[in-house]
Amino acid sequence: MSDDPGEDEGPSFEERLKAARSRQGLDAPPKSPGSMPGDVGMSPWGIGLRVGVELVSALVVAVAIGYGLSLLFGARPIFIAVFVLLGGAAGVLNVWRMFAPGNDKWMQKRTGRGNRDGGGAGIKH
Amino acid sequence: MAAQGSSIDAMSQFELHPVFGHLGASLGFAQSNLFMIVAALLTLGLLWVGMSPRAMVPGRLQSAAEMAYEAVMSMCVDTIGPEGRGFFPFVFTLFFFILFGNLLGVWPYDFTFTSHIVVTLALTLVVFFLSTGVGLYYHGGHFFSYFVPQGVPALLLPLLVPIEVLSYLSRIISLSVRLFANMMAGHVMLEVFGAFVVMLAGAGIIFWIPSALSEAVLIALIGFEILVATLQAYVFAILTCIYLHDAVHLH
Repeated sequence: MSDDPGEDEGPSFEERLKAARSRQGLDAPPKSPGSMPGDVGMSPWGIGLRVGVELVSALVVAVAIGYGLSLLFGARPIFIAVFVLLGGAAGVLNVWRMFAPGNDKWMQKRTGRGNRDGGGAGIKH
Repeated sequence: MAAQGSSIDAMSQFELHPVFGHLGASLGFAQSNLFMIVAALLTLGLLWVGMSPRAMVPGRLQSAAEMAYEAVMSMCVDTIGPEGRGFFPFVFTLFFFILFGNLLGVWPYDFTFTSHIVVTLALTLVVFFLSTGVGLYYHGGHFFSYFVPQGVPALLLPLLVPIEVLSYLSRIISLSVRLFANMMAGHVMLEVFGAFVVMLAGAGIIFWIPSALSEAVLIALIGFEILVATLQAYVFAILTCIYLHDAVHLH
């Protein structure tokens, strides 16, 4: 696959092909939001589920740790009280990581991959 | 099975039953284990049979095998960076194990082993300990600076470091629950609508139209399940790559 002898000329050919294709209007306009088939995960339900899972998972871990520490240091539930707050904060941090501008690796990789796949499909024609 | 009497029993499909008679019963070998082996064999078969012609112009199966290889390889390299090549076998194995596990479950009479939290939690723990180990291997003790956010006054660190650690630990839950919940919810929906079809059709001739509508919903749901199966396998693999990226590059 990658043992092609003419691979060193690959990028320039790819660029020329891309330029030619965009001249002819054959390429879809890049980065049209919501047009990729893989975007179904970004539906409202998908976003809701992702946010919910992130929030709850942090809370679950925190409560588990707090419960364990409370058992370890006697039955006083002070650790649960502290760790519920910390877990809520960690959940919000998870959600912020997911949606922070310029920090969404998931979406970046997707768009990058989509463009590359489009170029590859063009070559094989 | 789904509709016993007048109640819908949507959860019994997830029960484990030993296969292969007495041998399976004494080994504790359930249908879940059987389909794990089937999924592994299908992955091997796709690569083995697909790549056996070694044709310059690939046929269908060889194209599928090559595209599978290239898609996972580009996912690794794009997400993790040049170091991603080293993690390619792991991510490939993980992705195809989950993908075939999810897709097998849509097939009639097959068992979805990814609908058990034990299975997804075990897979997630492998990912978690691997990414933590990779971080320690690449950075040594410096790895723990991952939990110290940059540009924060030192006074806030006692508050923020535990939050970062909790956020890191919550990956275990979020990664496993996401896959498990998606697969289980989908199969419960299939079971419920399948039971609607049978129960309404048996309830008399005036219920045949609602029964047909349920059947239409069921067909749409199966298509949706195939999509969810693929998407969730992809999500699991890409999140594994992102975690490995964090471990290799810290931030």
